[in-house]
Parts: sequence; structure tokens; C-alpha cells
Amino acid sequence: MLSEHISRIEGIAVYPVISLVVFSILFVITVVWVFRLDKKYISRMENLPLETNFDNKSEEIKFYNNSEIKNEIEK
Amino acid sequence: MQVDKFSYDNQIVKQFMIAAVTFAIVGMLVGLIIAVQLYVPDLNLGIQYITFGRIRPLHTNAVIFAFVGNIIFAGVYYSLQRVCKTRMWNDKLSQFHFWGWQLIILAAAISLPLGITTSKEYAELEWPIDLMIAIVWLAFGANMFGTIIKRREKHIYVAVWFYIATFVTITVLHVVNSIELPVSLFKSYPVYAGVQDALVQWWYGHNAVAFFLTTPYLGLMYYFLPKAANRPVYSYRLSILHFWALLFLYIWAGPHHLLYSALPDWAQSLGTVFSIMLIAPSWGGMLNGLLTLRGAWDRVRDNPILKFMVVAVTAYGMATFEGPMLSLKNVNAISHFTDWTIAHVHIGALGWNGMLSFGILYWMVPKMWGTELYSKKLANSHFWISTLGIVFYAVPMYWSGIAQSLMWKQFTPLGVLQYPNFLETTLQIIPMHIIRSFGGLLYFLGMFMLVYNLIKTAKSGKFIKNEETEAAPYEKDSDKLKRGTIHRWLEKRPVKFAILSLVVVLIGGLVEIVPTFLIKSNIPTIAAVKPYSPLELQGRDIYIREGCVSCHSQLVRPFRSETERYGEYSKAGEYVYDHPFLWGSKRTGPDLAREGQKYPNVWHYLHMEDPRQMSPGSIMPRYPWLLTQTLDITTTPAKINAMRSLGVPYEKGYENFANQDLQKQADVITQDLIKNGIPAEPDKDIIALIAYLQRLGTDIKVNQATIK
Repeated sequence: MLSEHISRIEGIAVYPVISLVVFSILFVITVVWVFRLDKKYISRMENLPLETNFDNKSEEIKFYNNSEIKNEIEK
Repeated sequence: MQVDKFSYDNQIVKQFMIAAVTFAIVGMLVGLIIAVQLYVPDLNLGIQYITFGRIRPLHTNAVIFAFVGNIIFAGVYYSLQRVCKTRMWNDKLSQFHFWGWQLIILAAAISLPLGITTSKEYAELEWPIDLMIAIVWLAFGANMFGTIIKRREKHIYVAVWFYIATFVTITVLHVVNSIELPVSLFKSYPVYAGVQDALVQWWYGHNAVAFFLTTPYLGLMYYFLPKAANRPVYSYRLSILHFWALLFLYIWAGPHHLLYSALPDWAQSLGTVFSIMLIAPSWGGMLNGLLTLRGAWDRVRDNPILKFMVVAVTAYGMATFEGPMLSLKNVNAISHFTDWTIAHVHIGALGWNGMLSFGILYWMVPKMWGTELYSKKLANSHFWISTLGIVFYAVPMYWSGIAQSLMWKQFTPLGVLQYPNFLETTLQIIPMHIIRSFGGLLYFLGMFMLVYNLIKTAKSGKFIKNEETEAAPYEKDSDKLKRGTIHRWLEKRPVKFAILSLVVVLIGGLVEIVPTFLIKSNIPTIAAVKPYSPLELQGRDIYIREGCVSCHSQLVRPFRSETERYGEYSKAGEYVYDHPFLWGSKRTGPDLAREGQKYPNVWHYLHMEDPRQMSPGSIMPRYPWLLTQTLDITTTPAKINAMRSLGVPYEKGYENFANQDLQKQADVITQDLIKNGIPAEPDKDIIALIAYLQRLGTDIKVNQATIK
């Protein structure tokens, strides 16, 4: 009943198409973004909640260490 | 290098935690009571304030906004300070937020049992409370952005994006769905009517689930799960991807199956594809959570916190798979209006929200009191009793939902309904309801284990009100926009980030909402459909006050099994004067869209006095107060005026005569009742309610030719 009236709206069919197109573009951009992200940045972000009381510069090294440890665990 | 010394505010976290646990107990207790009321209808002890219809919204509001809401705020205030390496922006604003929110809960706890309700699910609170919500919510947002802006950490962790998206979207949803015209201090009508009101409401309803029960909890998961497991999240890249996909898809994927299902085939398939697509970002989140524990599953065995979190994330995966399935038309035809929906939402509420909350509480309390958890064993027992509770809750509900639905649809070989009496299908599922309430009881009992364990834990340590810490200040270095770092650039700028989230949400929102606003002019008017008479209008408001919509739908779907049982299927044009719409979402009792003139007035009178007089075995509560309470007719002119300004064609000046018409109609009904041996009085609530019920769905019976 409801959909019947909605389908009578002129040009309604364009809405899902707009959505799909916008979403697809957005999704592709995001995928490209994500995969070009800097590894350093990723590993820093991953470890952000786990760190307490550190200053943000000198501990960069620590993050690398952490990510190395992480990689070893993975292996 | 220079290092700033500062402290985290644990006090506000503690306050929200205590409130959350308290309201969890209240909300679950009310849930338990209404579950039992479904097979012990006299459990309200004759008290009108605790009938099913009035306290069912109390249960949903308490669980969603009081329990889950307070957990969100506790979790956000804890994690936001730490990932931003700063104290909350403004302690006073934190306190304002806390006390404001609790005041809203108090107002809800008082107004809902009193029958002050808009009847729109999960948005039942009346307009003064809606305003309070808006103010307190903005205070929360201001405090959050203030904190993010003064942060010492250059980058914003993914959890915080989820918090920002939550804030932005809930603001939009709340404002759009709450546009209503006040009639008095405690009564308002929504500006939307009928079909349009339904569309706006379920656009809100669906997305409130998405952005109040899901995104903030995903944020909490991204902070607390790595903390509890002491290892980083499985894939940070996946978290970025699933964040944006979820943000975009959720807002419009929800009700579109409702919208586009009669479009050309290709467009319809597209709609289905979109619904199914939503599984991807949801499962992206689930897998990211579960895979965080890869190689560390042995730790889950002896860590109750991780157990809670694993079940929570699994329940999230189940619920987000089930959701798109339920949006398929053929599945929805069976599941809609039944206990299946109740099972589905409780997998989310008990499993995802409940279990994650418990995990977070068991993790935060020892940290904030500088001690160890008092008893791992007790936490383990809590885990098992809750998990069992969920099983005992959900399985019978799935069973009863499907069983009842199939009974509704069952025809005999002769082509007539096999169970023409609705009550028969109700009585069939009562054993399932008894088992369900047992499941609820188990889950509820688990709460006391949690409370005891947490109090003991707190007593064994000392509360760290202000947690001293230090971090280097945030240097605003010239961060050049390098290739592939757009997102980094963006997530360093919270305000721009919020705006972009808003834009993404609005694209989806617009695609959803534009047809909703266009539809009004596309609903063919039915000449026979007239505005409600003043007495019917008053009766309708009693129907709303008593929460009849909790159990009775007003929407006959175009299925043979429904037209056979209830009569002609509902037309959009029949609802044009319905502010608000009252379609309902659950048929605990039969549909009432065609109730008018089905039974004599005296039947309704006696049925309200005691439903079991007319339908032996009925599980509807008695409503004796309707027979004795006097109808307040002083509100009639204001209601007529309000309706007119919303577009209902009452003649100018009608408000001055409305009460005369009201009394005339009341007299007719009363005379009829007296003729049938009922000593009725014309000025009672029951007369107005009977007038409304006798009107329902009769407009197009008057003139069959007007049916299209």
C-alpha cells in the first residue's frame, strides 16, 4: 500500500540510483585512501589506546617496536 | 622536552556508571514485570499506572536511554580523555550533562506511567522533555568537541569518530522526529500525519537503533576490547573503511525496503542489494573485534571480561545479519507484528549492549579504584547466567513468533481461516512467554552478581577521583597535505570531520527523507474519509494515553489471511488525519484498523471493564478506571485548533461548538448503553473511547464506491 504511493512519486526511481552512485564513489575513494595510508601512522593509531603516560614524540620508536612485536606474534 | 602534568576526571565516569547500573536494574525489572503481565494480566493489581501499555515504553526508554545511554557517557568520558590525552573540556559542563540526563530519566519515569506520551516508539516523551533532551545532548556535544579541540594527541583515534558520528546523527534524528505542535504543557501532536508520520517515525526508529545502540558501542568496542585484550585492534584500515561505509549505508538502508518495494524490478533489486550491503560494514566491525583476539583465544578462557566482549560482538554479528534478512519482503511478511521482532531486538539489547556494558564495567571499576576485580569466579558465573538468560529469552520468542504467524496465516482446505479467533493463537504461545520471562529473570539476577562484585572491588581499593598523568603538549606543526594523507589531515580537524560526517549522513538522510516529504501530495484523498469528531478525538487520545498501540496494530496488510480476518486492507488515504499515526509494531492482540461497528457499544463497555467477560482467557488487562474517570473536555477547543493548524479541515470557529457536538454524540452512545442495561454516564472516559473504537476503519465502509 505504502510503496504503491511512493512509487507514484515522479522520478522516484532516481533516488536509489543516486544513492548507489554516491556510495560507490565514496567507497572507492575510501578504499584508495585507506590502502595508501602510511604504515607508521597505522601502527601509531593502533597502539594509541594501549599507551599510558607517554609523550607523543619520543615514543614513536616504541610504537615501531610494538608493531614489530606484533608482527612476530603474527608469524 | 616539556611535559604537561594534568589529571583525568574519573568522578564523572563513576557517576554515569552508578546511574547506568541502577537504571539497568530498574529497566530490567520493568521488563520482567511486563513479560509476566502477558500471562498474568491482573498483575497490575488494578493500578492504571502500571498496566502493560503504560510501562512497556518505560521499559524500552529505561533500557535504551537510561541504561545504555549512561554506559555510553561513562565509556565516552573515560576513553575520550585518554585517547585525547587531556581532561574533559569543562567539569561543570560534565556535571550539567550528568544531572540533566538523570533529570530527563526522572521525567520519563514519572510521565510515562501517567500516560503522558506521544505514542511514537522510542520517542514517547512529550515536548518539554524533548526540549530538555536537546539541551543536554548539545551540552554533551560541546563538551566532547571542547575536549577534542584541546587534546594533546595529534591524531583522533577511531573510537572518537564513532562518538562524533553518534552525536551528529542523533541530533538530526531527534530534531526531525520531534517536530510537534504543543496543545498543552503535557500534550502535543506531531506535524506529520498518517503515512508520512509513519515514515518519519521509522526513519527515526531504525536510525536511533543504529546511532544510539550501535555506533557509540562500536566506539566503545574499539577502545575497551584492545584494552581488555591488551593488544591493538586487528586492522585499523578496516576500521576506517567500515566506519565510513556504516555511516553512509545505515541512515538510508533501514526503511527503504518500505519505500521502494513496488518500484520497477531493477530498482527493487537495488533496494534489496543495499539492505544486504549493510551486512558488510557491520560484519567488518564484528570481524575486526573478534580478530583482535586472534592468537590470544586462550586468554578468553580465564578472562571473564573478554568472554563478555566476545559474546557481545558475536551477538552484534547475529543481529546485524538478521536485520537485513528481516527486511526481505517474504521474511518480513512472516516476522512482522510477531515475537520474532522482540527476539531480534533482545539479541541486540541483551547480547550486544548488555554484555559489552558488563565487560566494560568489570574492566573500568578495578582501574578506577586502583585494584583487582574482587572475584573472577563470580564474574564468570555472571557471564554464564546472562548467556543462559539470553538463550532462554530468545529461543522461545523465535518459536512463538513463527508459530503464531503461521497460525494467523493457516487456512483450512475449504479456504477459511483455521484459527479465526485471534485468542486461540495467543493462548498457544503462552508457554513460550513463560519460558521467556524465566530467561529474563536469569539475566536480571545476573545484575546482582555484578553489583555485589563491583561494590566489593571498589571497597578493596581507593577511588582515584583525579588520575594524575602527563603528556607532551600538542604542537601544531605545519602538517602538509601529503599524498595519501587526506584522512590524516581530516581526522586532525574534529570540526571539519564532524561536518563531513554530517554531510555523509545527510546524503543518506535526504535520499530517504525527500520521498517522505513528497509523499503527502501523492496520497489520493478518499472523499469518505472525514476528520474525527471531537468525542472520537478525545477517545483517540485516551487510546494513546493507555498505550493500546503497544499491543494492537491499526494496519491491515494486503494478505488474504489478513483481509479474511480483519476486513478490507488499509489504504494510505484513510490515515490523512491521524496525528500521530497508530499503526503499531506488534500484534499481541488483534488488529483494530477495522474494529468500528464490529461489536455493539455494550460489548466494548463490558470488555474494558473486564476483557475476560467477553473473551475468556484473554490476556488484556482490565480497564475499570475508564468507566469511572471523567473525561476532561476543557481541552477540546485547543485540540481542535491544533489539529486545524496541522491541516485537518475543521471549520473556522468550530472549536466553540465542538463540545456541544461532543456531548450530543456521548448522549447517543450512553442512551444505547442504558438501553442494554448498562448504567453508563455520558461524561466518562469510556464513552469517548467507545466512540473512537466504533469509528475505526468505518469511513470507507460508508461508501464502498470510494475505495480505490
